[in-house]
Amino acid sequence: MSRARASSGPLDYINAWPIRAWLAFTAFYLYAPLLTLIAFSFNDSKRNIVWRGFTLKYYQATFADADLITAFGNSLTIAAVSTVVSVILGAMTALLLWRFRFPGKAALEGALGLPIVVPEICMGVAMLVFFTEVVPWPTEMPWPLNLGAIIISHISFSFSFVAIVVRGRLASFNRELEEAARDLGASEWRVFWDVIAPHMRPGLVAGALLAFTLSLDDFVITFFTSGPDTLTFPIKVYSMVRFSVTPEVNAASTILIVLTVALTAIALRLQGTDVAKAEMGEGL
Amino acid sequence: MTESWTKAKGVFAAVFGPPTVWLVAFFLAPLAIIWAYSFGHNTSLTQIGITGTFANYAHALRPLYLGIIWKSFWFAGLTTLLCLIAGFPVAIAITFAREKTRVWLLLLIMLPFWTNLLIRTYALMALLRDEGYINMVLGFFWHGAGHLTAALGHPLGEFRPLPLLHNNFAVIFGLVYVQLPFMVLPLYAALDRLDRSLLEASLDLGAGHLTTFARVVVPLAIPGIVSGVLVTFIPSIGAYLTPDLLGGPSSQMIANVIENQFKNANDWPFGAALSFLLMYMTFVAMAVQGLASRGRRERAA
Repeated sequence: MSRARASSGPLDYINAWPIRAWLAFTAFYLYAPLLTLIAFSFNDSKRNIVWRGFTLKYYQATFADADLITAFGNSLTIAAVSTVVSVILGAMTALLLWRFRFPGKAALEGALGLPIVVPEICMGVAMLVFFTEVVPWPTEMPWPLNLGAIIISHISFSFSFVAIVVRGRLASFNRELEEAARDLGASEWRVFWDVIAPHMRPGLVAGALLAFTLSLDDFVITFFTSGPDTLTFPIKVYSMVRFSVTPEVNAASTILIVLTVALTAIALRLQGTDVAKAEMGEGL
Repeated sequence: MTESWTKAKGVFAAVFGPPTVWLVAFFLAPLAIIWAYSFGHNTSLTQIGITGTFANYAHALRPLYLGIIWKSFWFAGLTTLLCLIAGFPVAIAITFAREKTRVWLLLLIMLPFWTNLLIRTYALMALLRDEGYINMVLGFFWHGAGHLTAALGHPLGEFRPLPLLHNNFAVIFGLVYVQLPFMVLPLYAALDRLDRSLLEASLDLGAGHLTTFARVVVPLAIPGIVSGVLVTFIPSIGAYLTPDLLGGPSSQMIANVIENQFKNANDWPFGAALSFLLMYMTFVAMAVQGLASRGRRERAA
């Protein structure tokens, strides 16, 4: 029975007006704040309320704000470095759990799920204590080493997500290919590089995009691990929004919205369901 | 399917080592330190002695903090309930939509969720503040009505904006805004698996849509409801940014108290104890979910 057929007739809820009205209301609730934010970043009025005409001056102001540019560059650097390491560690984790049986596997799987479920605030304070008391991260380090504590924390929470996505991709791997390669005399490394890795690639790309967006989206953990001399985009925006609503913040936010939405859309195209599952914290 | 690690020890070590070392060194160790701190006390300004005391946990049970924990539960519970009520019709619409519409509706629900939490919270501030869009619209109507009543001899007076921001209402509004997608997706996943012929049978046998919903759809969707409730409740109870930016002085939640202990009050052991209390609540919630799904699987088998 096709889905289209099943949804016609009495179960055709989507065409019932109360459901439609509710959908419209929900869409309005979810989108109106974000769309007004984006619209008013182009508004030629400081008061941010009444529409006075189109302007790009807040974008110019954003790009002229040296602090904001530094912060944005720092955030992109953090995201890029933590993505590379997360993908490597996540791919290893996925291979480990996919291929091997070993004592303590269930415990390791449980521990790998922890970064996904532990409340952000708990992880934030744990990282704060770790990097001030146990392994004090030296201040006055040259860029980008001054971002080290934030990068390490981001890797810790994102590589489990990458592992879920890559493991989902590996589940569809045909093991006979691996056996064939082995029978034909390929070494472990050749089997991995020429047979398994090409199959993993979409999962790796999707995992990388996911890690990148997770890093850009994070506020709480960055807030706790950033030192006085490390300025990142969310921290900068936080200090700006705390007390006022300004078109400059609207412009800076719009840039970040466009960037993360575009990246996530690409990730979904590449590896839809696995990314969705990982974002909902399922699957390990 | 899987092979024993002893068959390829070299490969095993190569893929086992780095992630495990990372996880232990940069995740489990920091958590373990916090856990140890929660049993210690400040011996001097910068020193913490770990003495195995339960004083910090006892401290957390004093009325002030118990009140905040209770309030966090209450906020998270109300948020979850509102998300459930708001999310159920949406999940039903997605389930019974045509394939193409369904993809678009799912995208519609998930898109805001990829936007930085800070930015979404800021967008709500712009909406709710005294000079915000809601109050602006209300003020516009107030002036309109004012002209009308002035003509009738009863001027309305100056428009006073509704206090929408920096109070408990704003926190709940913000939490529902942030958590709604978390509720809709598990509900949809459960409803999608539901056998439609049962609904058709119920409708054929004369039950109305509401009766069918209450007596067929809801009981069958219980697994989805349970997981939706948990994935909404768990992040809500640990929310930091929403109460921080949208709340007022009396809308502090556990996470704000924890932050305060670490950043201002400098009572790390107490902050550590509170973090672990929050973590235990999370684990209990997950254990409940685990037991519920195991129970269902056993009944199904």
